[in-house]
Amino acid sequence: MRGNAEVHELVAPGSLGAVLDLLAAEPGQWTPIAGGTELMVAFSAGRLNAHKLVNLWGIPDLRTIEVTPQSIAIGAAATFLDLRKHTVVAAEFPLLAKSASWIGSIANQSRATLGGNLVNGSPAADSSPALLAYDAEIETISVRGRRKVSYSEFHTGYKRNVLAPDELIYAIHLPRRFTRHRQYLRKVGTRRAMAIAKVALGATALLEHGVLHELRLGAASLAPYPVRLIQTESALLGQPLTPETLLAARRALLAEVQPIDDIRSTAEYRRRVAVNLLEEFLLELRREGPRP
Amino acid sequence: MSANGKVKANAHWPAIRFTVNGESRMVNVPPMKRLLDVLREDLHLTGTKEGCGEGECGSCSVRMDNELVNSCLVPVLQAEGAEIQTVEGLALDGELHPLQKAFLKNGGAQCGICTPGMLMAAAQLLAHSPHPDEVEIREGLAGNLCRCTGFIRIFESVAAAAGTSASAPAKEPVKEPEMEQTHHAR
Repeated sequence: MRGNAEVHELVAPGSLGAVLDLLAAEPGQWTPIAGGTELMVAFSAGRLNAHKLVNLWGIPDLRTIEVTPQSIAIGAAATFLDLRKHTVVAAEFPLLAKSASWIGSIANQSRATLGGNLVNGSPAADSSPALLAYDAEIETISVRGRRKVSYSEFHTGYKRNVLAPDELIYAIHLPRRFTRHRQYLRKVGTRRAMAIAKVALGATALLEHGVLHELRLGAASLAPYPVRLIQTESALLGQPLTPETLLAARRALLAEVQPIDDIRSTAEYRRRVAVNLLEEFLLELRREGPRP
Repeated sequence: MSANGKVKANAHWPAIRFTVNGESRMVNVPPMKRLLDVLREDLHLTGTKEGCGEGECGSCSVRMDNELVNSCLVPVLQAEGAEIQTVEGLALDGELHPLQKAFLKNGGAQCGICTPGMLMAAAQLLAHSPHPDEVEIREGLAGNLCRCTGFIRIFESVAAAAGTSASAPAKEPVKEPEMEQTHHAR
């Protein structure tokens, strides 16, 4: 069952422009590969269907983290170790730094890229709840130009997304306006290191005079792809954090999520834990009030 | 290579150049060949071991451009121009690396399959954090599995090489706030 390197073509055009030209010339024929932490696993097991791969590792334009007064732009091929080491990420986007520390081990974090995590599209993707909570925007690139799409609209189905066959993710943009928000992220898995999430929930919220004015909830492993919990947010927005509100939020969440039974957990367990995580976040909010 | 990606075994592969343990090397192999297999089969550096072949066990850990990587997950084309260090590159002029000495002295090796990966992960850790505490040691080696389960002696070996302590009970993490241990019926 071992993969055979001789039946896979791998080319390294070198520059981003040359990669985009190749993707445009034969749209859908080439599979981009960056850190290889997903595709090489499939290759080793002899189940890599892609026969033509184009290398993104080592292209400088894609491995950047640029900070402006308004936002931070993370190049698609920035690694999770790059994120963990970045001072602005650590200071202003602690949920992203925390999720980066969850990605496999150090040897995985040195290779796995943020763009790869999103394009791979696992429902359990570690970085997704944080990115949803931070209202991330995805910038794509092709020979036709660049465009932006909200990350909450990036995934369209199980392992499906809005990228056209000739497009790559270019950067992930996060607005720098969350330092006043209460932030929450928790992953429940089998083991501390290396484990894939049974459930994860990320959240940012602004509480003013005991009322939720702003709220974003991002979830992993509760739907076919990482999702923002819009209905649950609606049940909470503009409401005081009373027991009635918590109950309504709990009902909304249970109606909104679509977890499944699989090798890692059961749908029932995931529903229960998701509710518990949401309540933990809301109770923390209520206990501690808004940030000074 | 033909248009459908199928290629003949005797095709002429592009030359891929990199340095291993300070020596310039050049190989003519399929670009998708795993760095692990190139090290073992083409360069006969068999110190790097294959465990799981899917990036979970760390047995194939090597350092590439000063980062720790699982060599089973690196297509060799991505090593073009890189500086690679394998376990064979730890000893200097026949003198074992302090980590290797510490593993010997503290019983950090049992069957030995995980040991090269443990050593490389530990070398990476010490390169960035010369005096790691137990939590750092555990995180630095979290991607390396020992199926003889000799983890405590491995942690102690790393601490000994770094001149720190891995065994102080006070440092034992009793609670992990970021992630919960969960158990459920099989």
